[in-house]
Parts: sequence; structure tokens; C-alpha cells
Amino acid sequence: MSELLEIRNLRLEGRSDEQWNPIINGVDLTLKKGEVLGLIGESGAGKSTLGLAAMGFTRDGVRISSGTVEFDGIDLVNASAAVKRGLLGKRIAYVAQSAAASFNPAHKIIDQHVEAPVQHGVESRAASIKDGIALYERLRLPNPGEIGFRYPHQVSGGQLQRAMTAMAMSCRPDLIIFDEPTTALDVTTQIEVLASVRDIVEQFDTAAIYITHDLAVVAQMADTIKVLLKGDEVETAETREMLSSPKEDYTKSLWAVRSFERPTKPAVNTGATPVVSIRNVDAAYGTVPVLHDVSFDIHEGRTVAVVGESGSGKSTTARCITGLLPPKKGEVLFDGEVLPANYKQRNKHQLRQAQMIYQMADTALNPRMAIGQIISRPVQFYTGLTGKGLRRRVDQLLDQIELEPDQYYNRLPSELSGGQKQRIGIARALAAEPKFIICDEVTSALDQLVAEGILRLLAKLQDSLKLSYMFITHDLATVRAISDEVVVMKEGRVVEQGEKRAMFTPPHHAYTDLLLSSVPEMDPDWLTNLLNERGVDNIGDAAVGKM
Amino acid sequence: MGNVSSIIFQRLLLGLVTLLIVSIVIFVAVNLLPGDFAELILGQGATPEAVSTIRRDLGLDQPLIVRYMQWLGGIATGDLGTSFAQLNFKTNLGGAGDVGVIDQILPRLSNTMFLALVTAAIAVPLAVTLGVLAALFRNTVFDRVANVATLSSISSPEFFMAYVLILFLAVLNPILPSLSNIFEGMSFTERLEKSMLPALTLTLVVTAHMMRMTRAAIINLLASPYIEMARLKGMSPMRVIVKHALPNALAPIINVIALNLAYLVTGVVVVEVVFVYPGIGQLFVDSVKIRDIPVVQACCLIFAAAYILLNLTADILSILSNPRLRHPK
Repeated sequence: MSELLEIRNLRLEGRSDEQWNPIINGVDLTLKKGEVLGLIGESGAGKSTLGLAAMGFTRDGVRISSGTVEFDGIDLVNASAAVKRGLLGKRIAYVAQSAAASFNPAHKIIDQHVEAPVQHGVESRAASIKDGIALYERLRLPNPGEIGFRYPHQVSGGQLQRAMTAMAMSCRPDLIIFDEPTTALDVTTQIEVLASVRDIVEQFDTAAIYITHDLAVVAQMADTIKVLLKGDEVETAETREMLSSPKEDYTKSLWAVRSFERPTKPAVNTGATPVVSIRNVDAAYGTVPVLHDVSFDIHEGRTVAVVGESGSGKSTTARCITGLLPPKKGEVLFDGEVLPANYKQRNKHQLRQAQMIYQMADTALNPRMAIGQIISRPVQFYTGLTGKGLRRRVDQLLDQIELEPDQYYNRLPSELSGGQKQRIGIARALAAEPKFIICDEVTSALDQLVAEGILRLLAKLQDSLKLSYMFITHDLATVRAISDEVVVMKEGRVVEQGEKRAMFTPPHHAYTDLLLSSVPEMDPDWLTNLLNERGVDNIGDAAVGKM
Repeated sequence: MGNVSSIIFQRLLLGLVTLLIVSIVIFVAVNLLPGDFAELILGQGATPEAVSTIRRDLGLDQPLIVRYMQWLGGIATGDLGTSFAQLNFKTNLGGAGDVGVIDQILPRLSNTMFLALVTAAIAVPLAVTLGVLAALFRNTVFDRVANVATLSSISSPEFFMAYVLILFLAVLNPILPSLSNIFEGMSFTERLEKSMLPALTLTLVVTAHMMRMTRAAIINLLASPYIEMARLKGMSPMRVIVKHALPNALAPIINVIALNLAYLVTGVVVVEVVFVYPGIGQLFVDSVKIRDIPVVQACCLIFAAAYILLNLTADILSILSNPRLRHPK
């Protein structure tokens, strides 16, 4: 039987700094009808570029320099634009990372759904709408008959992602490219999308390329896994074989990330004054209540992980502690003393004790200031050092975050990688010599290996400087790796809190249980088993209940 | 929809407030003009007695605030006052009855509106179509030619464009009349023919701005994920731009169109003079010359209202072009 998709020695180049630089260096790929290939690698590995090239599509500033892409015997590299347009949407479809950005905000979902079938002459508008509703039903969207007639902004992210999968299915294509379709979703939503994607791909015997940086996710979806590193193929193997016995060192290192875990610290002495104590805090944005009676303590040298889905009030709690959002009720204590609710009323000493590290290091660093300046400012502000003393202190901070001072002092943030930028964020927080740091999703935007480096650095700094962390995250693997205590939040309330060990051993609060069991595991049977365990209806209910 | 109507109501209210502030500015500014009607009209014979008599007759001896309140009260009841120049006629020649500012302005205003509408009917579709095509064929010869042509026409003085058009369309090829003497009782087609040359001149002046904004607003969106999605669904480039990019680019385009329409109502004096078109711009300039304050003030107020109204309409339309506001969650 001939292959559906055959890519031979494909090379792609991207234009930057006035020259063409290689992105993909000669990758081969074969896909049979109905087969699912997992494409995995860090950001910059060229996964998306390769995925798009499989459709004969390149983004602006990217070109195919050599090699062949053959889809069902059609040469996509040399095919005319019209021939490719005839295939795209009809026989090859695409599901993008962010459905919220990839649906046109100006048109109703169903109008975008029927566009491909109608324009390609596959079926009439009426037939396509009927089919769309059937697909929505199959994908377990709530109110399938009605949801398509809404605008994209009126539908939640997880629902949109499923609607986009339905849209890709509208012409019953032979091949679908899934480009990180669940990366932007919460774990609980991710499961629903994964389950429906897998179900529908099996149902229609569609071949698929599933692009992701999450091994555990790809393990659930793919028959075969291909690992990419900086545009080169590292290895390709059948999923179970790849998981049980990876051959290359790089693949093994990817597997190893999830094994990082800090040793358990001794319990806190009863009666010790916590560094930060949040007592019965209620907060609201305008008249919309966000936090309800939130209380927890953070002790010296310990890490409290605050977990929950987006919108659960994690970051709002951080804003209350820093005084950016004065609470409506309740108080925040630092070393046993009540802090003024508004940061404007806090003195310099109170301000320096609590620092923040942000999720997007990209936007949290001033792009026009050199690294040295970025770190100097808080040092100067809080310690009054100037001249040589200031420079010495900045160098010391750069040393602490494991960046060579002479090499980095004069660089701009744009010349740094994502992980390095996040380290600068850490140095800036350390510059104030705080006792307490709020880390707001600091590793969410980073690749696993880089994220692990940041976690290890934070752990080291905690040990040497006796820092306390409040670690906001939605990633339970990170929680497992770094935390001492865990606070689980849902809809602005603390639903459960306690020592990490206690939290990760049953019995849990029902919601904690849902969160924990939703974290994908490396076992390729995990999703199947979980769905059986929960009962399919249960998942649908969870989906509806969440919205 | 309650959301949208309350926004519209707010904007309308704000527009009224703006108009009130503008009326103060106009009044003060006009009264700061050096020289006055009395001195100007009496010329050499401006004895202090004669001047003060005329001033008293016209109410110019009253304090500024009183005059402003009288003026404002007049506006509220639809009375924009009486033209000094016409008043003068009556007292000297015993003419028949007062000619109010309104009676003087209305025919001129309707001529100007007619010209503006004809121009808009040509320029707006032309500019948007050119903009869409320029975006579609961006960085091609068509794009460059369209850009260079429209930019040169906007960069040349209006009267120059007017004379070039007269040369080619009225003198060398006598297709259109070079004089636009419009009067009452003309048929629509006749009017249209007479005002075609000024309308074409104005089209050349306003097209570039609108076209370039259309092009830029569309190209701005071409990197968005939903545009890529439309391409990956195999949609034709034309459909991607017209169906997927244009609806999301409407807000800035509408705003630029409104600004240009406002210009068509308020800024066409030069073109009117070239074609002897009896519009409000000429009346305005003549009135300033003879310090005919009521007419000047009324014209200013109409110009301000046109600006405010058109921008308000643009605001409301751009709000309506956003489905997030039309269909709240």
C-alpha cells in the first residue's frame, strides 16, 4: 500500500538578519492512512514549521530549500498555489495551538465551519451545518445544536479547541495536523480535548501529525513518535518502544525531567511565626468578587505551591499580598505584623521583603535596558549602593543566577534565551534582598529542560538564602518537584491545603482528585484507563460543570 | 444590545458637551478678531458717533457674556441671528424684511452637502476597493502605482489638481463644464454634471488617505492566526482578504473615512473658488472679510457640528463592527 504522506530529506530555511538560516535539516517522514505520528521537541526545534511544510505551506520568511513532500502522490513542493488550495481544508486540515486566536472574531463559529465544505464544493451549506452539529455532539460540546451559532468570544477555550477540531473534520480530510492543540489549556480541559480528538481520529480513520512538547500527551495520542532537536531528527520509534527504551541521550534527558524532586523538609515547628500569613482575605475586581475567605501561611525557607485552573484566584491572591489589589476584607501579615493593605502605604522595608518573578520574562524586562541596568535599579533603590559597590553587588547577583557577569552585564534582554531572561527576573527579585518571593507561573512559558534548570536554581537559592516562595502554577509536575506545602484553589476559595506528601496521597478533596488524576502520565494506556475509570459520561459532566 | 445603546447614548451626550465648549471657543475667538463691522462698513466716514450708533443697533455694545447667552438662546430656538450685511441693506435701501442667517446659509450648505455626497459616493468605494486590491497585490507593480498615484494627488495643492482636471476634461476634451454655477430649480442630472469636476478634484484629494489606511489595516491583520487558518483551509487570497481580514479592519477604516467626509464639508473653500461653486466655504470666507459676525459664528458652529457628528458616527460604527460589543457573552 502506498504511503499517504511521504517527506524525503526536507530542508527548510528561515530569513533573519538578511540571510537564510536552516530551520529543518533534512528530515524524513512517512505516514500511512489512519496513522498518528507524534512530533516532539523543544521550542525552536522546528516542529510547527515541519507540520506546516507537510501541508505544502510555509509562513512568510520561510522557504523549502530542498527535499520532497508528497501527499497521496501529489508533489506539494512544486504544486501550483491553486492545486494546493484544492487540497487544503478538503483533504489536509489544520488544528492550531490557540483556537481563540485562530477563529475569526468577526464570524460565527458555524459560518467558519461550513466555509471549507461549501467553498470546496464538498456539500451544501445546509448539509454542512447539519454535519457540524453532529460533530459537535460527537465531540461532547454542550448544546451542540446551538453552540455553533455563537461568536468565538462567547465560547470558552476548551470548547473552541473542540469546535476547531470539528472544523478540521468538516470535509473528512485524510490528514490533520494538530499543532499543540492543548498547550494553552488547563489539565482538566486538556483531557476532554484529548479524548475527543482521539475518538474522532479513530472514528474516521484519519491520519494525523500531532505536534507537542509534552511527552505524556503525545504518549496518549500517537502510534509513532519522532523526536526533533534544532531541526534534526533525533530518533523515531513506535510509541511504547520509545517510552520504555529511548536510545539517544537527548531523548533520555527529556524523559528525566519529570524525575526532579526535592527532598522533603522537616515539618515546621508549631508556634513558629510564619513569614507571610494571609488571613481571611476577600477581594474583588470592581464589584465582581474574586476571592472568598482565603487563608494560608508561608514559613521561612519553605515553598508553598498555589495550584488551580485559570480563573481560580491564584494571581489575585498574589496581588493582595503585594498590595497591588487591596483586599475588601481580611489582612496580610509579614513576620507577624499586619501590612498596610495598599502598597502605597507600605514603607521601603516592607516593600523590599516581598518580591515577584513573572510568567512572561519577555514582557517583564524592559527591552531597552541592558541586563546590568535592570538589576542595578532595585539594588540602588533598596540598598543605596553606587559606583563600584553597586557593580560588585550586580556581579554577585549574576553569579548567583549562574550567568557570567562580564558576558551578560551589557547585553539587552532580546539577546538572551527564554531561560536566561527568567534568570534575570530572579536576579532582579533577589536584588532587594527579600525574605519572600512570589513566583507566578515562572516556568509555564519554558521548555521542560530549561524549566527544570530554573526550578533547580530556585531550590538552590532557597537553601542558601533561606527564602520563602509562594509558587503559583497550574502544572502539578512542577508542584511535585518543588513544593513543601500545597494550597489548592477553585473559584476563589481554598478547597484543600496541607503538606505535599499528604496532598499527593489519597484521600483527596474531590476537586484535588480531579486535578491530580488529570495530569497526563507517560503510560500510553493512561488516557484509556482514566476514561474507563471515570466513565465517559462523567467526563462530559465535568466539561459541562466547568463551563 | 443594552450595552451598545448605552454607549451610543453616552457618546451623543459627550458630543453635545463638546459642541457647547466649541461654541464658547468660537464666540470668544470671533470676538477677538481685530476691527469690527461698524468701522469696516463706514470706512472713511467712521466718526465715533456713527460707529457707536451702528454698534448699539447691532447690540455690539453689550458685554460679551450677555451676547453669548443671547446667541446660545437663539441657537436653542433655531434662530442663528441676522446677518449684519443684510441688515445694512435693509436700513439703507428699505429692503423687504429681515434675511436671517439661516436663510442665507441653508442653500449654501445644501450645495456643499450635495458636493460632499457626490464626492463620497465616488471616493469611498474607490478608495476601499483600491486599498483591498493594494493589500491583495501588496509589493507588486499595482501596489506601487496605486500608492504613487494617490500620494502625488494628495501632495499637490488642490487648486493645481483642479486646473489639471479643467485642462484635460474641460479645455482639451470638453466633456465637463469648468464652471459650477449651481442655482435653484436645476434638475438633478444637471446639478450632477455641473458639480462633477469639483467632485473629481476632491476625490483625488481624499482618496489617498482612505486607500492607504485600508491597505495598512488589512496588511496589519495578515499575520494573525485566523488569517493563516483561512489560508490553511484553502481559501483564495481574495476571499481571505475580503471575508476574513476586512471585517476586522473596519474600525480604523471607518474613522479615516469620517475624517475625510468632515473635510469635504468644511475644507473645500479652495475648490469652491476655483469652480465658482456656491458652497458654504465661499460664504464663510466672504463673511470673515466683512466681519459679518453672525454668519461667521453660524458657519463655525456648523463645521464643528459636522466634525463632531461624523466622528460620533464613526465611533458608533466601529463599535458596531466589533462582534464582542454587538454580542456580549
